[in-house]
Amino acid sequence: MRWVNRHVSRSRGLMMGAIPIILLVLLYLVAAAERHAINPSDKILPLPGAMVDAMWGLLFVPDQLSGRLLFWADTAASLQRLFLGLGISTLSALLVGLLLGLLPPVRATFGMLVTGIAVIPPIALLPILFIAFGLGETAKVALIVIGIAPFMIRDIAGHVAALPREQILKAQTLGASTWQLMIRVALPQVLPRLIEAVRLSLGPAWVFLISAEAIAADIGLGYRIFLVRRYLAMDVILPYVAWIALLAATIDFILVWTNRKAFPWAHGGRR
Amino acid sequence: MTELLKLSDVWVEYGDKIVLEQINLTIEEGAFVSVIGPSGAGKSSLLRLALGQEAPSRGKIMLDGVPLPPECGPDRGVVFQHYSVFPHLSALGNVMFGLECAQSPLLAKLSGAARRQAREEASQMLEEVGLQDNMHAYPAQMSGGMQQRLAIAQALIKRPRILLLDEPFGALDPGIRNDMHQLITRLWSDYELTVIMVTHDIGEAFKLGTRVLTLDKWRHDPHAPHRYGAKVVYDIPLTRKREETSEDGIAATAPTNPSDEGGITIDRIDNN
Repeated sequence: MRWVNRHVSRSRGLMMGAIPIILLVLLYLVAAAERHAINPSDKILPLPGAMVDAMWGLLFVPDQLSGRLLFWADTAASLQRLFLGLGISTLSALLVGLLLGLLPPVRATFGMLVTGIAVIPPIALLPILFIAFGLGETAKVALIVIGIAPFMIRDIAGHVAALPREQILKAQTLGASTWQLMIRVALPQVLPRLIEAVRLSLGPAWVFLISAEAIAADIGLGYRIFLVRRYLAMDVILPYVAWIALLAATIDFILVWTNRKAFPWAHGGRR
Repeated sequence: MTELLKLSDVWVEYGDKIVLEQINLTIEEGAFVSVIGPSGAGKSSLLRLALGQEAPSRGKIMLDGVPLPPECGPDRGVVFQHYSVFPHLSALGNVMFGLECAQSPLLAKLSGAARRQAREEASQMLEEVGLQDNMHAYPAQMSGGMQQRLAIAQALIKRPRILLLDEPFGALDPGIRNDMHQLITRLWSDYELTVIMVTHDIGEAFKLGTRVLTLDKWRHDPHAPHRYGAKVVYDIPLTRKREETSEDGIAATAPTNPSDEGGITIDRIDNN
């Protein structure tokens, strides 16, 4: 049988998906054990015991200086920045994308500007943001927004503009005004795409978050990683990276699930 | 019968390409006009003119004695071959859309008694087209024929002055197409509609229409074929009464198979 025709059942798929992950973990353990056999105080590939010890302090023991549980405080600060940035970007993408995609005069006026902003590397704007907004939360959230909003706006505008012409005409023959067309025809049809755009921009959003935190912050997942890097503390960095991966994967899963449940019409009517 | 739509000396040009020229046409109220012709002869352009999607480059179009604005409006209903229904609304939602737009300018949503009444009206319309068992289905769950029934119901709920059909049955299989012919004939008769239908199917054109228009290029310049547009080369009135169709359906009309009639030659210059 050809490989393109080989169907994989759900349970079998889960099992097959786990194999490479288990292999990678095993590979790491073997390599770490080998290094420790030569040098018991090796810091580059820490053993699981060392990671647990290092993380225990961050997870459950309050910091002497601030009295906070650092791991959870880091997570809360980073997620707050991420969700603020994502939220602002999503709302502006919806609003601006609808206007740009549906109304030719608006597209003629602002289309070039949005494209122009979208091609500027956001990190190049980071100094400007720090100068304009200071080193506080605003600059970090602003970096995420500037990094992902233009891409999302263009995606949504493109999707609205690609709605079949027939639908727009039909709605008008049914008496719809521009406003009604926007909220009853374009808006609901673009929502599944919007969730998809949020999913795709999740990766870049994390990049900008970690970058902003690495450069100027006093708390946050990215800040912690770059702080402990000075001591070669791989026993903290590795668990933090795994935690970021887990958070990102969970958000992604929730978005996919929401999309399927909320918009059955976009998935062949299946729930 | 009073005249409903009048085109006087209408031309359609895109750049230096002439698509339609010298169209003089009067469509009477209650007529079922079939428009046929080879591909690229401007059938769809003619429909777009009537719809208001395009303005003619020359000439005048009058609807009920008033110049037609170059914009779609609720006095003209339309059914396209594809994409005529909204995929994000159920069948009921699709039909209610027209009522909601008219009654709720700000939100295009109804509530309470107004909603119940719109629902009632919409479900009656869905029953008319035979979709009473699929009121809550989304278009993606429907067959092509059902989607076209839905598109017709959606258009008819606004009681349009003219119903424009752009190859509405072109993508359906022959059995379903026959059902749709009976449906549209019954609705045309019951709702006293005026219909303009563009089709590729000559049999269908003669079977349904009270008048068949043939668009084609009538002069041909081999060096600049785009400089001559199409016009109405045949305008054939058919004796088909509304009464007989409402009594015994489709069987009373068009006894001969019109595609066998030798006189109707569409593709004379082999450009199809």
